[in-house]
Amino acid sequence: MLNAGLTVLGLSRFQFAMTTVFHFFFVPFSIGLAVIVAIMETMYVIKKEVTYKKMAQFWGKIFLYSFAVGVVTGIIQEFQFGMNWSEYSRFMGDIFGAPLAIEALAAFFLESTFIGLWMFTWERFKPWIHALFIWLVALGSSLSAVWILAANSFMQNSVGFAINKTTGRVVMTSFSAVIKNPQLWLELPHVLMGAGITASFVIAGCCAWRLLKKDHVTFYRKSLNVALVIGLIASLGSMAAGDFQTRYLINQQPMKFAAMEGLYKNSTNKGNWAVYSSFNTKQHKTTASLDVPYVLNILSYHRLSGTVKGQNAINKEMHATYDKKFGKDMNYYVPTKTLFWSFRLMAVSGGLFALVAIVGLFFNRRKSQLIMRQRWFLYIMGLMLWLPFLVNTAGWFITELGRYPWVVYGLLTIADAVSPTSTVGSLLFTNIVYFMLFAGLGLVMIVLSHRTLKAGPDGVEMNGYSSDDTTGKVEDPYGTEAFNHD
Amino acid sequence: MTSAQILWFILIGVLFSGFFFLDGFDFGIGMAIKFFGRNTAERDTIIQTIGPHWDGNEVWLITAGGAMFASFPMWYASLFSGYYIVLFLILVALIFRGVSFEFRANMKTETWRNFWEWAATIGSFCAAFLFGMMFTSMIEGVPMDAKGNIFGSFTTYVNWFSLVGGVAVTLMCLIHGLNFLQLKTLGTLRDRAQSWNKVLYPVLIVGEVLFVVLLYLSTDFFDRKPVSTWSILIVLVLLTLIAWWGVLKAHNWTAFIASGLSLISIVVLIFNGLFPRVMIATNSAHSILIKDASSSPYTLHIMTIVAFSVLPIVLIYFIWSYWVFYKRLKSPKAA
Repeated sequence: MLNAGLTVLGLSRFQFAMTTVFHFFFVPFSIGLAVIVAIMETMYVIKKEVTYKKMAQFWGKIFLYSFAVGVVTGIIQEFQFGMNWSEYSRFMGDIFGAPLAIEALAAFFLESTFIGLWMFTWERFKPWIHALFIWLVALGSSLSAVWILAANSFMQNSVGFAINKTTGRVVMTSFSAVIKNPQLWLELPHVLMGAGITASFVIAGCCAWRLLKKDHVTFYRKSLNVALVIGLIASLGSMAAGDFQTRYLINQQPMKFAAMEGLYKNSTNKGNWAVYSSFNTKQHKTTASLDVPYVLNILSYHRLSGTVKGQNAINKEMHATYDKKFGKDMNYYVPTKTLFWSFRLMAVSGGLFALVAIVGLFFNRRKSQLIMRQRWFLYIMGLMLWLPFLVNTAGWFITELGRYPWVVYGLLTIADAVSPTSTVGSLLFTNIVYFMLFAGLGLVMIVLSHRTLKAGPDGVEMNGYSSDDTTGKVEDPYGTEAFNHD
Repeated sequence: MTSAQILWFILIGVLFSGFFFLDGFDFGIGMAIKFFGRNTAERDTIIQTIGPHWDGNEVWLITAGGAMFASFPMWYASLFSGYYIVLFLILVALIFRGVSFEFRANMKTETWRNFWEWAATIGSFCAAFLFGMMFTSMIEGVPMDAKGNIFGSFTTYVNWFSLVGGVAVTLMCLIHGLNFLQLKTLGTLRDRAQSWNKVLYPVLIVGEVLFVVLLYLSTDFFDRKPVSTWSILIVLVLLTLIAWWGVLKAHNWTAFIASGLSLISIVVLIFNGLFPRVMIATNSAHSILIKDASSSPYTLHIMTIVAFSVLPIVLIYFIWSYWVFYKRLKSPKAA
C-alpha cells in the first residue's frame, strides 16, 4: 500500500495518511457530538428537566476534549498542502484554496466563537439562547465538512475547470460547478451520517459500560435513548448514502469500484459477490473466493442482471486514455486488498449499527428493565464504541487509496505533487514527532474521557467550574465583577 | 498587477494583522502563565482572561493561510514548503498551546497540571518567536530557484537579524499580553502586570532600535521605499511610546490598543517592503511578484465576493463575543 519505502514520496504519503486519519478520529466525533449535545440541551429547553441539562454538560465535556484535539490537528492539514505538496498547491491553487479559505471564514469562525460563548455562559443567557450557541457550533462544524469535501471532491471528480495552456495548471471556470459537484453531494451525506454514527455509538458504548456497573441508571438510560435514536437514523441514512455513492462510482471511478469488489476479471451476468477473497496482487488474479450469486448486481444496479468491469479491463482502458500524456509505465491498479476489506468492514458495520440501535431501543423501552438484564448486549455495545473510528478510516482508505495513482483524478499524479524541496531526513523527523505527539494526545483524550465517565454526571465541571448537582447551575467566572476601577 | 491582486495582497496583510493583534495577546498570556502567575489560583485567572477567545483568535491564522492558498498559491507553496521545519515547529508549539488549557483544567495532580502549564507557556513562546523569525528571515531574501523552490541552509532561517526579529516579536507579544491582563483583571495581577511592563518597555525600545539597524543592513526596504519604511518605523516607535505612557499612567485601553497596533505596524512594514513582490529571492530575478503569484482573475473575483459578504457578519459576532466577556476578573487573594 504505502510501500514506497523511505523516499520523499513514501514519507509524504505516510505523513498525509497519518495526520488525516488521526484528525479524522476527532472530526466526525465532534460533528456528531455537537448535534447530539445540542439536541440534549434543546430537550432541556423544551421539557425543563434538569437531567437533560446535566446530559448536555456531561457529554458536552467529552465533546470539548475531542474538539480541542480536532482543532490542533486540523491546522496541520491546512499547512501540509504547502509544506509537503507544494507542486500540488501550485497546480491546484486556483481551485483548492478557495474552499479552504471559505471553510475558515464561514465555518471555523462560527464554530470557535460560539464554542467559547457556550462554554462560559451557562447562566448568563436564557436557556434557549444558550442552546442556540451549541446549535451554531454544530452548524459551523457541519459547514466545515461541506467546504473541505468540496475541495476533496474536485480531486475525485474534476469539474468547472480548464487547463491553462502556458502554465499547465488548473484554472477555475465555474465556481458553481465546483460546489455543485455531484461527488460532493454524494460524499457529504455519507460523511455527516458517519459522524452521527460515530458520536451516537461512542455515547451508547459509554452508557453501556456504566449501566453494567448499575451506575446512574436513569441518566445513562436516557442518554442511551437519545444516542440510539440518532444512531438508528444515522446508520440507515449512511447506508442509503453509501448505496448512492457506490452506484455513482461504477461509472465515475470504475477502478476504485472494481477493487472494492475485488474484481480483476469482468464479472459474469450471474453477479457473484465475494464474501471472502484472496488475491495475488502481483499477477492481478483472484486466487480464491466465496461467492454469493446476484448480490453484486443488486448492490451495483438494483437488479439481478448485468456485469461489472474488472480491473484488468479498466487498466487497459486507462492506458489507452492516458498513455499519451503520462507515459506507458503508469500503474493503474489500486491497492485491491485494502479496498476490498475496507468496503466489507464498512458495509457490514453499517448493518450492525442499525441492528444494535433497533435492539437497544427495544431493550431500553421506558417501562422495561430488559436492558439491565441483557448484559451480553451491553458488552457488545460497550465494545462497539471503537468500531466507528475503524469504519471511518476504512471509508477514507477507499476514497483516497482508490484514486491511485492520481492526486487529482486524471490530471495530476501523486508522484508529481510532492514538494521538490522536501528531504527524507526532515520528513522522517517530522513523521516521528507527529507520531509521538498523536500517541500522546490520543492517550490523554482517552484517559480524560474515561475519568469524566467514571466521575459521572454529578461530578461534572465545566472548565474547572463546578456545576450544581440538582440544578445544573454552573459557576460563572465572568459574572461576578462589574467593569469598574477599584 | 490588477486591482484585485492588490486588494488580496492587502487582505492577506489584514488577516495576518488580525492574527498578530489577537493571538498576539494570547501568546503573551500564555507566556505569563508560568513566569508571571505565582500560584494555581492566579494561573486560573490568567487563563480565564483568554479562555473564551483564544480559539477564535487562532482562526485568523487559519484564515490567513487559507486565503493565501486561495489568492496566491505560488506564494503559499513557496513559503510553506521553503519554511518546512520552521512551520513544523510552529505547528507543534500551537498544538501544545491549543490543547493545554482544556487539558490543564481537567488534571488532578499537581505534576500534570504543571506539565500542561509549561506546555502553554513554552508553546506560546515558541510560536511567537518562530513567527517573528520566519517573517524576518523572509524579508532578507531567500535562496530560491526560478520555479520558486527555496533551498535554504540553516543560516537562511537562523541569523542575527531573524533572531532579533524573533525576540522582538516575542517581547511585543508578552507586553501585549500583559497589557491585556491589565485590562481584564483587578487587584494584584493588574498591578503586577503594570510594574512588569514598566520595565519591559525600555527593553523593547532597545530591541526595536536594534531591529531597525539590522533591517537597514539586511533588507532592501530603505533603498526601495525609504519614505514609507521610515514612516512606518516612526509610527511603530510612537505607538510603543504611547503604550508605555499608557502603562505608566494606568490607561489600560490606551496601552492595550497601542501595543496591538505596534504589532500590526510590523505586519504593515513587512507587506509594504514586500510590495510588489510576495517572496524575495537572493537572486532578484527569481523573486516572486504579486502579478505572477496570484490565482486567476475569476477565482479572485469569487473570493472577493465571499470575503466581503461573510467577513462583516463574522466581525459582528466576533466582536459581540468580546462584549459578552467584557468584565474584569478579580485577582485571587494571596495564598
